[in-house]
Amino acid sequence: MDAAVRLLSDFDIPADIAERGTTDAASPLSEGRVGFSGVIVEVRAGDQSGGLSGAEIERRLLEMGFVEGAPVRLVHEGLFGRDPIAVKLADRTVALRRREARAVMVRAAGEIAA
Amino acid sequence: MSTVEVVAPALEAATETRTLRVALAGVPNCGKTALFNALTGARQKVANYAGVTVERKEGSATAADGQRLTILDLPGTYSLRARSPDEAVTRDAVLGKLDGEVLPDVIVCVADATSLRGALRLVLELKTAGRPLVLALNMIDIAARQGLEIDVDGLSRDLGIPIVATVATRRRCVDVLTTAIQAAAASGIVSAPTWREPSSGELRALHREAERLIKAHVKPPKRPDTWTGRLDSVLLHPVAGLTILLMLMFVMFQAVFLAAGPLNDIITAGFNWLAAGVGHVLPDGLLKSFVCDALISGVGSVLVFLPQIMVLFLFIILLEDVGYMARAAFLMDRIMGGAGLHGRAFIPLLSSHACAIPGIMATRVIDQKRDRLTTILVAPLTTCSARIPVYTLIISAFVPNHTLFGWISERGLVMLGLYAGGMLSALAVAFVIRTIFWRGASEPFLMELPAYKMPDPWNVIRLVWQRAEIFLRRAGTIILSMMVIVWALSKVPLAPPGAKDPAIDYSFAGIIGHTLQPLLQPIGFSWQMSVALIPGMAAREVAVGALGTVYAVGGGDDNTAALASTLTAHWSLASALAFLAWYVFAPQCASTLGVVKRETNSWKWPAIMFGYMIGLAYAAAFITYHVALALGAG
Repeated sequence: MDAAVRLLSDFDIPADIAERGTTDAASPLSEGRVGFSGVIVEVRAGDQSGGLSGAEIERRLLEMGFVEGAPVRLVHEGLFGRDPIAVKLADRTVALRRREARAVMVRAAGEIAA
Repeated sequence: MSTVEVVAPALEAATETRTLRVALAGVPNCGKTALFNALTGARQKVANYAGVTVERKEGSATAADGQRLTILDLPGTYSLRARSPDEAVTRDAVLGKLDGEVLPDVIVCVADATSLRGALRLVLELKTAGRPLVLALNMIDIAARQGLEIDVDGLSRDLGIPIVATVATRRRCVDVLTTAIQAAAASGIVSAPTWREPSSGELRALHREAERLIKAHVKPPKRPDTWTGRLDSVLLHPVAGLTILLMLMFVMFQAVFLAAGPLNDIITAGFNWLAAGVGHVLPDGLLKSFVCDALISGVGSVLVFLPQIMVLFLFIILLEDVGYMARAAFLMDRIMGGAGLHGRAFIPLLSSHACAIPGIMATRVIDQKRDRLTTILVAPLTTCSARIPVYTLIISAFVPNHTLFGWISERGLVMLGLYAGGMLSALAVAFVIRTIFWRGASEPFLMELPAYKMPDPWNVIRLVWQRAEIFLRRAGTIILSMMVIVWALSKVPLAPPGAKDPAIDYSFAGIIGHTLQPLLQPIGFSWQMSVALIPGMAAREVAVGALGTVYAVGGGDDNTAALASTLTAHWSLASALAFLAWYVFAPQCASTLGVVKRETNSWKWPAIMFGYMIGLAYAAAFITYHVALALGAG
């Protein structure tokens, strides 16, 4: 078995939130405004009515690069209702609606340093 | 199989000439299609995968030593965990579960060297497919310009797979890549696939492994790309960005409408000339009519779409290649989202105003099946240019040439109302589909905004030509056969000798028109109008000529003034308004139905489209007629 196969089977259980520390100071990315800069502390979607299941949204966000520990910067907003938003992640820019961004908890860069 | 080379070295000569099957995988926007074009040049074949509407692109390449490779360009995906039919094709192809497809000898994962994280996660997943794997680090020139340092050897050792740095536009890179593919195939490292759908925990583990690889082998760029950010601060600006988008769309719309116009005229004139020439040679009768009116004008009516399709796709492919298309979707998402449509539906719907055929073909930019089908279903409701001759005729016959406040033309107002009616009904129908029939099916808008890059002109030309070819070969055959059917209905059987009524009256179209008459009477249509609808199925503007035929107005299409005065004499204003309302909604275009059949790969969707549009047309004409009667327009 190669490294990737082992990797897939070793991490069946999602990393515990407790390990990542408290999320007290965290706020959802959906409430951010242009210029916000911080770090993702949690990606977890609750079930939304009329959409995909929370687990599916969570996996899609992970696939697009939204993962705990990743730096995030809100760079653009749409005209109507400031929606959708565009955020800069480690090495790509991703556009999403604020509805989906509710699942991404972020902490402003300053608070991390403190 | 590669194991043959190990157990039977004597067969080496034979295996060397064997064709290697290569599959190209990669995340979206990694330059995979450009690399595919560089590998295969013009030797490409575009078809559909068996049983699905996903486009299958295959081409052949030749390695430095002459061995042939067939390259399959798989749909881009962020993960093997398929979210759409396209991504399911990629998953099934690399796992060997796809009907009618052979397991690839080698998988090449294409990665944008400047955005490696996502690609590395995909590589880690692809390793579990058990096939020999090569990582192609594409756009390495851009990475070098940014001062991004990648320890290729270290990364290759750590990943356990060969890595080739490529620039899609350079021939030398292609040779290095094909050599690496041959070596990977010869290595014979094949194992049973162990892939299974990763949980969110496993996705996080993939993230951690990719991050570890990046930390160990990649030094961040010294001069990161600042152009994309600078351009976006204008192009994605809430107000300036939308203004620029609308201006761009205006230019595109004008180009499709105007630039394609003269070319269309040349094609039409050419085919008219051809038909006239052939007409002189052949004796009068059914054969002459078949050759001139069905075959020649049928081929002409296919080709006449070609300039529009090529101009539109030139714009779309350029916008896509530059990286702007995702921005347009971002800017329009909220507006289109109000009707339950995806931001990307904007461009297909706008271009449908020139013609629904290229518009429907352009819905390929929408990834999700239901978003795409909804857009296809409503696209023909927008006012296409073929409706203009019909609208112009009826308006000039029934709307007085008055001006309001001295400068607003009443005729112009009616025309504007018809355009607005088309667009609003398209949005309304989309809204109904998404809130009643496909409730809860809305896909999250989650899309990468790729870095801007200069498009490669050859790549653009090749892709535009490919669209033209696909249209001619696949849609063209259906459109032509529908033209022949409509011709046959309008001409056969022939009028008896010495008949007084127009010949069309004795044909199947006449019979159908008279049969439908009781059904169409409640919406104010006379039997002549009902009969004209049948040949009008060939294309909307044909209805003008057909009305001329049933009213036996001489001078053909050119003599619209005479026809207009004939209509004024024969029709009530209520009937004329009902006819206009009918044309806003009715699916009076066999070519559109043919293209929908091609794009959805089934007759189900054209049938649904036909049904709902006829229903709407009837209801709209009925209401218009009776309201007009009540207001005294009888």
